[in-house]
Amino acid sequence: MILPWLILIPFIGGLLCWQGERFGAVLTRWIALLSMTLLLGLGLWLWGSADFSLAPAPGAAPAWAYEFQTPWIARFGISIHLALDGLSVLMVVLTGLLGVLSVVCSWNEIQKRVGFFHLNLLWILSGVVGVFLAVDLFLFFFFWEVMLVPMYFLIALWGHSGSTGKSRINAATKFFIYTQASGLIMLVAILALVFVHFEQSGVLTFNYADLLQTELAPGTEYLLMLGFFIAFAVKFPVVPVHSWLPDAHAQAPTAGSVDLAGILLKTAAYGMIRFCLPLFPNASAEFAPIAMGLGVFAIVYGALAAFAQTDIKRLIAYSSVSHMGFILIAIYSGSLLALQGAVVQMLAHGLSAAALFILSGQLYERLHTRDFRAMGGLWGRMPWLPAISLFFAAAALGLPGTGNFVGEILVLLGTFQSQPWIAVLATSGLVLGSVYALCMIHRAYFGPAKADSALTGLDSRELAMVLGLAVLLILLGVYPQPVLDTSAASMQGVQQWLGAALSQLESAR
Amino acid sequence: MEFTTQHLTALLPLLVTGATAVVVMLAIAWKRHHGQTFLLSVLGLNLALLAIIPALGVTPLEVTPLLRIDSFAAYYSALIIAATLACLTLTHAYLGGASGKGYPGNREELYLLMLLACAGGIVLVSAQHLAGLFIGLELLSVPTYGLIAYAFFNRRSLEAGIKYMVLSAAGSAFLLFGMALLYAESGSLSFAAIGASLAAGAPAQLVQIGVGMMLVGLAFKLSLVPFHLWTPDVYEGAPAPVAAFLATASKVAVFAVLLRLYQISPAFADGWPGHLLSLLAVASILVGNLLALLQNNLKRLLGYSSIAHFGYLLIALIASKGIASEAIGVYLFTYVLTSLGAFGVITLMSTPYQGRDCDALFEYRGLFWRRPYLTAVLATMMLSLAGIPLTAGFIGKFYVVAAGVESQQWWLLGALILGSAIAVFYYLRVMVTLFLVEPSLQRRDAPLHWAQRAGGIMLLVVAGLTLLLGVYPQPLLAVAQNVGF
Repeated sequence: MILPWLILIPFIGGLLCWQGERFGAVLTRWIALLSMTLLLGLGLWLWGSADFSLAPAPGAAPAWAYEFQTPWIARFGISIHLALDGLSVLMVVLTGLLGVLSVVCSWNEIQKRVGFFHLNLLWILSGVVGVFLAVDLFLFFFFWEVMLVPMYFLIALWGHSGSTGKSRINAATKFFIYTQASGLIMLVAILALVFVHFEQSGVLTFNYADLLQTELAPGTEYLLMLGFFIAFAVKFPVVPVHSWLPDAHAQAPTAGSVDLAGILLKTAAYGMIRFCLPLFPNASAEFAPIAMGLGVFAIVYGALAAFAQTDIKRLIAYSSVSHMGFILIAIYSGSLLALQGAVVQMLAHGLSAAALFILSGQLYERLHTRDFRAMGGLWGRMPWLPAISLFFAAAALGLPGTGNFVGEILVLLGTFQSQPWIAVLATSGLVLGSVYALCMIHRAYFGPAKADSALTGLDSRELAMVLGLAVLLILLGVYPQPVLDTSAASMQGVQQWLGAALSQLESAR
Repeated sequence: MEFTTQHLTALLPLLVTGATAVVVMLAIAWKRHHGQTFLLSVLGLNLALLAIIPALGVTPLEVTPLLRIDSFAAYYSALIIAATLACLTLTHAYLGGASGKGYPGNREELYLLMLLACAGGIVLVSAQHLAGLFIGLELLSVPTYGLIAYAFFNRRSLEAGIKYMVLSAAGSAFLLFGMALLYAESGSLSFAAIGASLAAGAPAQLVQIGVGMMLVGLAFKLSLVPFHLWTPDVYEGAPAPVAAFLATASKVAVFAVLLRLYQISPAFADGWPGHLLSLLAVASILVGNLLALLQNNLKRLLGYSSIAHFGYLLIALIASKGIASEAIGVYLFTYVLTSLGAFGVITLMSTPYQGRDCDALFEYRGLFWRRPYLTAVLATMMLSLAGIPLTAGFIGKFYVVAAGVESQQWWLLGALILGSAIAVFYYLRVMVTLFLVEPSLQRRDAPLHWAQRAGGIMLLVVAGLTLLLGVYPQPLLAVAQNVGF
């Protein structure tokens, strides 16, 4: 019974925030903070208490650490079926953590329509948690689409107008159309899978465990896999379909960017790991070279594009594209080590990207610009912020001691065993990463100062957020074992699915 | 044939609706009174709605060769009557209270015309014979001319009425010609007999031309591309509650009869008429959505969006097997609900009647900060039209996609995905307008106490139902599943 509450807490909290606004903005913020803390606490408790050696694996009915099922739409055999394994619990905890941060980081930034803002913020998180828990394909799609609407409002109503005069509404609409259209392609694929399963077994169901048993003809499997892959690739974002991301990030308020980079992108990676590979292992194995190629391209392209940006948030957005490329490679490499690395990288990128967005939000509150050309020489003008930025920039370029290093090195090591060339090419991302990360620091904080007046430093709230993230990132960097242990069983299952298909493909050649 | 009580029971919804029209007419002749006319009409239609329950007890039953009352007819009759009821309550709010403000001319006849059109709709969905089809269609269309031109001192309304009349007559002519050709070939006018006689031999050229012409006639009424040119003008010109009626009850009735015809007479699925239908579907989806992008008038926008929605419905019609007719039942229900909500908000914004309806998009700017709940209703409707989860529209779209996938209509599904992506743009545009900072311009608003009047309560119920069905659609699906011939 605890799993529905993970979704309901932010949902109800959002409603309370909306109505709580009439009693003042402060109350609204506290309600939001309280419900997010509750979510984080529940997530941590689940992480601490459950046994995560249970996870879906080929050849047996999926076993879960926690499961919840209740009938919903009997006509199609749809049920509200939630389940938790090591991978989802990590994602839920990340969601809770970034939820708390996004409430705290908008404490001063958002001053108008506070109640409605927090309603949207909390509903996004509610939808995201739903995505991480759903193991009924209809329910998964439901949550997948449902989180778009509040995100749209967040960008469209509280966003900033971009530095090039692009409107926030256009950015929000672009985000919505990209995800909605690709989502419909996934819906078609889901339904096709369900009907194929129906023809074989005579049972109409959207249940993950049942659909895993479907026997698919090779051509059909490939097409259906593509349907899922396109939807996930857009959200990921994989390079040819990434152009919504920089716009959305540049225009979104800080909390929106934190959620977008920190967890919304992870839903795509999660979807691939949870659905795309296990449901279509053979097609995925066949598709793996293309997917890894796309990953390498994303790493290089994202890094180069990041280097060319003048808007600090766009730079971070492109760096996300680059970092997500590593995850894409890892998912399709078929190596357990790389998959484990992907999980660490997902968490580490969630933390570091969130921190960078929070920092650029703080910078924006002081300078009222995100344009590098108006920055420069800030190191001497304010305490703390530049130094912390340097730390997170170093984390983003994968400096040892941070979680990003662990993630990337595991991905590269794992991939190298089977795909040495891919790993070699992907390593260039590390070099290019240091170029744009240091370039960002250099342009913003060094060089001649544009003015001499000192800027206000960070207050305790702002400091606590970024320092907390820094501590977590270092912890993840020096002792990632708890995370690896938690996700081990889930990743092993996924690896068996893809690994078997890959070796089958190998022997066929 | 002999008429027993059974037949009368089966016909009861239609009889009650007809009787209500007569009573309302007599009451108007005796004494003009707006409130009384409204009450009588609503009472009558509620009785008609209740009469469906005993009628269901005797179905399926053939009443005269023209009509067949079965669960299909009962379901769509209920939908039409309920939609008409909603339009009536909107009309009451729209025409204004007894004192000075409001519609300046005679108000009562609008109810009468709407009741007659409703009766036409019921005949149409029960028709199993081409003559029944034609009678029903004309009984539905002719009062509609009057309804659209009801605000005749407004030039646009009059223009819309005349436009609709001319094009509708042209459509009817096509329909009649097509029927004549079919009759010439098969020697019968009943759906089943036509189907049987045509199934026996290879379809002749004459039959295909006849079927094609009938499709053209019905496509006029459903405003499918390229027979859609009247739609935006008529939606814009017609008084808001009448536009709501046009978008819901009228279209549902025509689509239902098309579905019955299509399912009973296989001639409609074979040969090039089948391809024609696919072409109409793709053209409606793409053209409807693309043209909606350009609109700054909410009523025109909804007009174009309804063209696209009937394109989506055609996908299910073409699929025609498995869950297709169930999908149509669910989709039409959610579409009616959503359209009523959207037009309802426009109506309440234009209430009481002030010559011109409040339909320009800029008049809705920042509405959320003035009328939050009314805006929430409109925003829900926009999301539902776009087919976003948590709303009924999503369930409808899900069903149509499922029907398309089941019968493997990949090209049509591609058009649907493309169309939906385009559609999101203009629905979101409307939605975000509602939440923007309000302008300092002079503006029109719904009356402050809108939610305490019949129209407002109806609207809140519609919105509530839209959300409820989006989250828990099982009851609707169970009903739709049992609808059959």
